[in-house]
Amino acid sequence: MNYRIISHTVGRILQLEAALLLLPLFVSLLYRETDNVIAFLISAAAALAVGLLLTYVLGKDDRLLFAREGFAIVALAWLAMSAVGALPYVISGAIPSYADAFFETVSGFTTTSATILNDVENLSNGIIFWRSFTHWLGGMGVLVFIMAIFPQESGRSIHIMRAEMPGPTVGKLVPKLKETARILYLIYIGITIVEAILLFLGGMSPFESFVHAFGTAGTSGFAIKADGLASYAPHLQWMVMVFMLIGGINFNLIYLMLIGHFRPAVKSTELWVYLIIIVVAGVAVTFNVMPIYGSFWESLRQAFFHVISIVTTTGYSISDYNEWPLFSKTLLVVLMFVGGCAGSTSGGIKISRFILLIKAVFRDIKQMLHPTAVSGVRFDGKKVDDKTIHGVSTYFAFYFIIFFVILMLISFEPFDFETNFTAVSACLNNIGPGFGAVGPLASFSAYSVPAKFLLSFAMLLGRLEIFPILLLLMPSFWARK
Amino acid sequence: MNFNLTTVRGFGFMKIIIAGCGKIGTTIVESLVAEGHDILIIDNDDSIIQEITNVFDVMGVCGNCVDSDVLEEASVKTAELFLAVTDSDELNMLSCFLAKKMGAQHTIARIRTSEYNDKSLLVMKNNLEISMPINPERLAARELFNILKFPSAVKLETFSHRNMEMAEVVLREDSPLDGVKLSEIRGKFKANVLVCCVQRGEEIFIPDGSFALRGGDRIGMTASHTELQKLFRYTGLLKKQARDVIILGGSRVSYYLAEMLAEIGASVKIIDRDEKVCELLGDKLPKAVVIRGDGTQQELLLREGLSRTDAFVALTGLDETNVLISMFATRRGVPKVIAKVNREELIPMAEDLGLDCIVSPRKTVSDVVVSYARAIENSLGSNVETLYKLMDDKVEALEFNVREKSRVVDVPLKNLKLRKNILIIGVIRDRKLITPTGETEIQLGDRVVVITANQGLGDLSDILER
Repeated sequence: MNYRIISHTVGRILQLEAALLLLPLFVSLLYRETDNVIAFLISAAAALAVGLLLTYVLGKDDRLLFAREGFAIVALAWLAMSAVGALPYVISGAIPSYADAFFETVSGFTTTSATILNDVENLSNGIIFWRSFTHWLGGMGVLVFIMAIFPQESGRSIHIMRAEMPGPTVGKLVPKLKETARILYLIYIGITIVEAILLFLGGMSPFESFVHAFGTAGTSGFAIKADGLASYAPHLQWMVMVFMLIGGINFNLIYLMLIGHFRPAVKSTELWVYLIIIVVAGVAVTFNVMPIYGSFWESLRQAFFHVISIVTTTGYSISDYNEWPLFSKTLLVVLMFVGGCAGSTSGGIKISRFILLIKAVFRDIKQMLHPTAVSGVRFDGKKVDDKTIHGVSTYFAFYFIIFFVILMLISFEPFDFETNFTAVSACLNNIGPGFGAVGPLASFSAYSVPAKFLLSFAMLLGRLEIFPILLLLMPSFWARK
Repeated sequence: MNFNLTTVRGFGFMKIIIAGCGKIGTTIVESLVAEGHDILIIDNDDSIIQEITNVFDVMGVCGNCVDSDVLEEASVKTAELFLAVTDSDELNMLSCFLAKKMGAQHTIARIRTSEYNDKSLLVMKNNLEISMPINPERLAARELFNILKFPSAVKLETFSHRNMEMAEVVLREDSPLDGVKLSEIRGKFKANVLVCCVQRGEEIFIPDGSFALRGGDRIGMTASHTELQKLFRYTGLLKKQARDVIILGGSRVSYYLAEMLAEIGASVKIIDRDEKVCELLGDKLPKAVVIRGDGTQQELLLREGLSRTDAFVALTGLDETNVLISMFATRRGVPKVIAKVNREELIPMAEDLGLDCIVSPRKTVSDVVVSYARAIENSLGSNVETLYKLMDDKVEALEFNVREKSRVVDVPLKNLKLRKNILIIGVIRDRKLITPTGETEIQLGDRVVVITANQGLGDLSDILER
């Protein structure tokens, strides 16, 4: 394990965070929130000091970066970022307890949007901005951002990108990693700005437009009102719906479509399955909730908004779906695990993994019937090698083992099964609100301090796709070999 | 050259596709990545692609390089350069042909079979529109041949259409040049040479006049051929051209080298232990003596006159064998010993062991490809005419064509504030080499050769301090 390059890169991340903390500082200045200005200044100074220490005193860029270091960098960077990112909440007094602030920050960076705040509407603008901005940063990944702006560290940085980008396989868009990272961020920024402008034209205030655009593009979902997006006009809700849908699509496909190649998108199995799941689930829920809302259009909006919000793991809500019939609620819980497309900003297990797994299952069944048959799994017209299939199966197994371990641990908390089950699932899948006592109108504040750390841990596991964080806990991973 | 202006280009570098990532392919990938190009590799083995994309910042496509779908996926129509370096000559030619037809601007194919390398090569090159066929073995043999022709140097490089030569020499501990300051050389030895880079241990110096040489240094110097000879004669460095050469290992490189040596009338012995190889070589090289036997046996080498030979070249397929046997030959007092070492990480170790002259065919090929790529880039806007890599790639010599007026033109060199580790080593005006002094001025139309330890100069004015 090369500790120096890890320290170097993690230090870089903190320096970047120091710079990024200046944005909410600026917003606070704009709204004349003196306490916040001080809070952000102190946090930025702390981030910068620790960052410089890690990069230049303890660390060294000796370019010896292997898969092992890539995992460690990503996991530690996310932990360090969250630890520092919680400071403004504590210093400004918005969230006095550090455990709560840490939970809120992790929830922000991992695009989960599970909140411990019972009274969101009382937050000052600077804090709200930072809270939503963490979403935006976490959506595409901070290390990818580093790659896009800093000079090329090493050709081996692909290990970092692999560890941070969601999906079973990470491909580049163009030969150079730096350009790939740049393109991804340009698309991401583009989507965010377009959405903000549309929301503004639709009648939101500029501040709210940006905050919601941050929450949507990263498929994250921190709302700024107690009732989520319920108080906004239906046309604004439709806009948000469309952008959540875009956020759940593989960014590689979006890039190809932007440069005029529609064929890969049309032929993408994952994209079709993604859309089919949303349409089928949306229609089913629409008819199921009709008795509650009466009108077809109202039911349609309610159903599709929440189906899209859950599948893309955003977590915005426009009503309390706790009151829905059991079928709809169950369907939403199942969809929590599905998640969006690989290479998007969404969480969950990802649709492509499900497709691969189901195909592999069918292949195995065929193999049982014809023991000597030679058959492979094909995906998008290409043969998938057994290593990938194996990786997907392992991922599934680990996902559920971890899910149940956390569920067991969380069951010491004084809540009903529905609440605990969906709380873990909402955190691990980076959705945000669950059902029962952690429903869209409630918060996670009632959980104990250890439970909050455990759930923060679950969110990080989900966002970084388990292995980087899990490897941190393995002694052999740290061995000096 | 005719360039398609609609080409979608990356952000300022060339797009290069490399088909086939064996040993040579990988070496080429490495040096082209260092140049900053956008590289895409094609190989039919997924695990090789995985391995390379893990280490280098390149993109991979898995498939057959004569499959138009694969080439399409690699977006060959926007590629400035397409290289085919698979194991198979035929595959290379075909895929270059296909790539050219699909829009690649330049194509390079590795064609190593000797039958293809005579008259038929030109026909194929023209009809398949291959921009440059490369034969790695022949290139390596050419390099060996150059050294044997001028054995005083460990490496000889010609610049600027052979107007200028740069020789790399290793100074012995007892060399008369030991302790001599560079400013004194001209007076002491009456030779007009310019020492432009010195490697001492791991460190590289671009020296100025007050720099004193030491025994053990590896120095690069430029001069015309006669001036170099003069210096070598004065310093006792001069060795005569090798007339009697023993080659260990009957590879393709050995074949080409023996052929070249035979042409200038040198006597050549090739030792190989494989009967078929020996028969084949004996058949093709009637002038050479082919000996069947285990060349790693010292007894055999001594019997074949190792102690009396002018030069010994170890060209077996095993780097380790080459290094060890070369050390033995050095110890036996062979004046010139050359070892082929392909694995780059072994080269510094072999140098530590006292072998001064090492040739790496893979390196030779990637150097050729890099300078070809530089030439294309040049026509696209960069002003580097040609690039040479010296001192195990730690130093670059770049040739610029002075086409337009800039801050460096018409100013005496002593008034220019050059960046650190940069030296102007030659100005070529009207095909004559001017060894620059402080009074020399660069004029329009000159070619200027600059040596640098910093990589990535793109323009002549980059030599100045900012």
